[in-house]
Amino acid sequence: MMSQQVDRSKRRFLVAATTVVGGAAGVVALVPFVMSMEPSARARAAGAPVEVDISKIEPGMFLGVAWQGKPVWIVNRTPAMLAKLPTITSMLADPNSDVPQQPENCKNGHRSIKPEYMVLVGICTHLGCSPTYRPELAPPDLGPDWPGGWFCPCHGSRYDLAARVFKNVPAPWNMLVPPHYYMTDTRILVGEEGKKGAKA
Amino acid sequence: MSASQKMLGWIDARFPLTSTWKAHLSEYYAPKNFNFWYFFGSLALLVLVNQIVTGIFLTMSYKPDAALAFASVEYIMRDVPWGWLIRYMHSTGASMFFVVVYLHMFRGLIYGSHRKPRELVWIFGMMIYLALMAEAFMGYLLPWGQMSFWGASVIISLFSAIPYVGDALSQWIRGDFVVSDATLNRFFAFHVIALPLVLLGLVVAHIIALHEVGSNNPEGIEIKAHKDPVTHIPLDGIPFHPYYTVKDIVGVVVFLMVFSAIIFFGPEMGGWFLEANNFIPADPFKTPQHIAPLWYFTPFYAILRAVPNKLFGVVGMGAGVVIMAFLPWLDRAKVKSVRYRGPIYKSFLALFVISFVGLGYLGTQAPTPLLNDIARLLSVTYFGFFILMPWYTSVEKTKPVPERIPE
Amino acid sequence: MKKFLVSLLLVLVPLTALAEEEGYVDKAPINLNDYASIQRGAKVFSNYCLSCHSANYVRYETLEQVGLTADQIKGNLMFAADKIGSRMTIAMRPGDSKKWFGITPPDLSVEARARTPDWIYTYLRSFYRSDERPTGWDNTAFSKVGMPNALWTLQGEQVLKGPVGADGKPEFVMLHPGKLTPDQFNATVGDLVNYITWMAEPGKMKRMELGVYVLLFLGLFFVLTFYLKKEFWKDIH
Repeated sequence: MMSQQVDRSKRRFLVAATTVVGGAAGVVALVPFVMSMEPSARARAAGAPVEVDISKIEPGMFLGVAWQGKPVWIVNRTPAMLAKLPTITSMLADPNSDVPQQPENCKNGHRSIKPEYMVLVGICTHLGCSPTYRPELAPPDLGPDWPGGWFCPCHGSRYDLAARVFKNVPAPWNMLVPPHYYMTDTRILVGEEGKKGAKA
Repeated sequence: MSASQKMLGWIDARFPLTSTWKAHLSEYYAPKNFNFWYFFGSLALLVLVNQIVTGIFLTMSYKPDAALAFASVEYIMRDVPWGWLIRYMHSTGASMFFVVVYLHMFRGLIYGSHRKPRELVWIFGMMIYLALMAEAFMGYLLPWGQMSFWGASVIISLFSAIPYVGDALSQWIRGDFVVSDATLNRFFAFHVIALPLVLLGLVVAHIIALHEVGSNNPEGIEIKAHKDPVTHIPLDGIPFHPYYTVKDIVGVVVFLMVFSAIIFFGPEMGGWFLEANNFIPADPFKTPQHIAPLWYFTPFYAILRAVPNKLFGVVGMGAGVVIMAFLPWLDRAKVKSVRYRGPIYKSFLALFVISFVGLGYLGTQAPTPLLNDIARLLSVTYFGFFILMPWYTSVEKTKPVPERIPE
Repeated sequence: MKKFLVSLLLVLVPLTALAEEEGYVDKAPINLNDYASIQRGAKVFSNYCLSCHSANYVRYETLEQVGLTADQIKGNLMFAADKIGSRMTIAMRPGDSKKWFGITPPDLSVEARARTPDWIYTYLRSFYRSDERPTGWDNTAFSKVGMPNALWTLQGEQVLKGPVGADGKPEFVMLHPGKLTPDQFNATVGDLVNYITWMAEPGKMKRMELGVYVLLFLGLFFVLTFYLKKEFWKDIH
């Protein structure tokens, strides 16, 4: 049945070419399916930047809003809370915020644009639980060294009031400070870096 | 021994990989004279895979809820990245499935692929066809447009023609007094899980049965009758792989060109694949001016309408589908292929094609007395092809069939 | 056999012709590549339609695909929503509209796919004054329509000139001209229908563009697979 002489190299070339071209086309055909699992226009619209009025937050208290479906907390820190921040750096894993868990303009001792207003995404960097706000000093369950901050009930990670993570806890990084800017003195937009001319 | 050979040996000791490959591909001997008509089996498999894959991804965004379904389809079309492509692949695939399957069935008819010893291949094929009709019918409800709703209402009402239990039965199918959220939700379950499983199982059975007896061919000659005395390989057979795999790939590419042309340039196919009225959300209080099922059901729908009696219309419609299953036993000719048959069979076959296509067309049109008369004539022709078959196939003289496949 | 086929054809051909001729329609000037027209149409839509009719499946941001910037969309087209990602919803409750018009105005997102652009183009230009209707308006493309002529300030008020002729094309007489001349009005409705058509499937032109590449690729791939098949089938005699 096999004919006179089969041109092996031609046959090999055609098989290889068809395999490569067909395989490439197959991979390209996968792209729409993979991309279809990305957030849809609805999810992106729902995750659009959120405007927050911060004028009503009492000192020491926080306001929670949802941005991209995630809890975002805005804490109005008291001068006493702020004064404590530089004194506890030895307890922290990344006191200078070297890991880029904040916009450039929040890479400072208080991790915020205005010192008193801390804006953070309230999600533990360990496995995504939402830590509890524990501003009181040295409560019995958190020990005498507790300077006030966030405690994650899931796996015991600790953060100070600038959302900086402690040493020797499971969470690897400080909690995320989302991009945000002040539209006016009392209104911030969470989810967008300040445009040129916006107050920093 | 290379590492890959070792690996293969390890697997073969635990799983029949090589032997399965051989049995169904590299040492499955198919007649060497397959023509154009033999592309449609592999293409049907391709469309099945397309429907399953696109269906899975549609399920990720679709909502089987009467209040949300229509909007969720538009959500897929607009908001989901590439959702429009996946949806059009699915909607076009549904119609193309029937295009391919009808051509595949017609191939069997002209070359006698349903004849002994392939009766079970044909029966499994018919069961696939029935499951496919149920799958398509239930899937068409899901977009929850006007045609979805009223099409389902009409078809489910067919069951109410059954004496005594009909009304109770159609109510049980709907799960409500009219087609409603409950109907949509259960059709969704059948469409995405139950029927695809049935279809897959039947397709496997269809192929196993085929590979057990071997493929027929345009000559209708059994290639297994002449084997090489040493190797026991049919003399007119060639290994499916690589010869028919490379050939089917060409068929696949041509099919994909047609398929893509429809998806990218006219996914509505002028209303044949996506009906304009289905872009209006379902409204239980307003029937569209003219409703017709999608084209692949219309031959049987036309038979239904041609009979001026509810019960017998439904019986006629069902009989129109079921009678095809009896073909292996209705055909009494000594030859299988149309190539060796006489003018009587060929005329009946031509009349059958005309009646099927004609009924299909009439089923899409609004009924008028004239069209009803034509539909009746075509219905009689359609059934005549089957019912008279034992007679005209046994009386007609056939041409002598050669022993071997001619060069 | 042949005779049968011919007679079948003779019967069916006029029927298809008949089936397509359901009322008189004008050809709508659709050009989905004319972004300026779609933009003008969007403005008309937002001013004259989007108070009673929603386009719930369309997001304002989609208009960026026809060359508008986010600021232009916000400034010129968005009256009811504040976010660019919002859908074109309306404040009117379905119950209220049912009370006022006897019917809930349909959502227009995919109206062009349900009705055809030509029909919408004809319909929007075929309102005429009629005392027999509660709204004072009737329409030759949709008799006893519940919707009043939303564009009457632009079109003016016309009445039907006698009964509709044999060709089905209605003729109107203008009673009070509107702000636009008939030509300007036709162009404005043309833009509007162009927009409504675009909105029914904003990705249509992209889809076709992609289709060209897909078919070109498949054409090349066909050549390759064809030679592959030919090469292997040299074995078979």
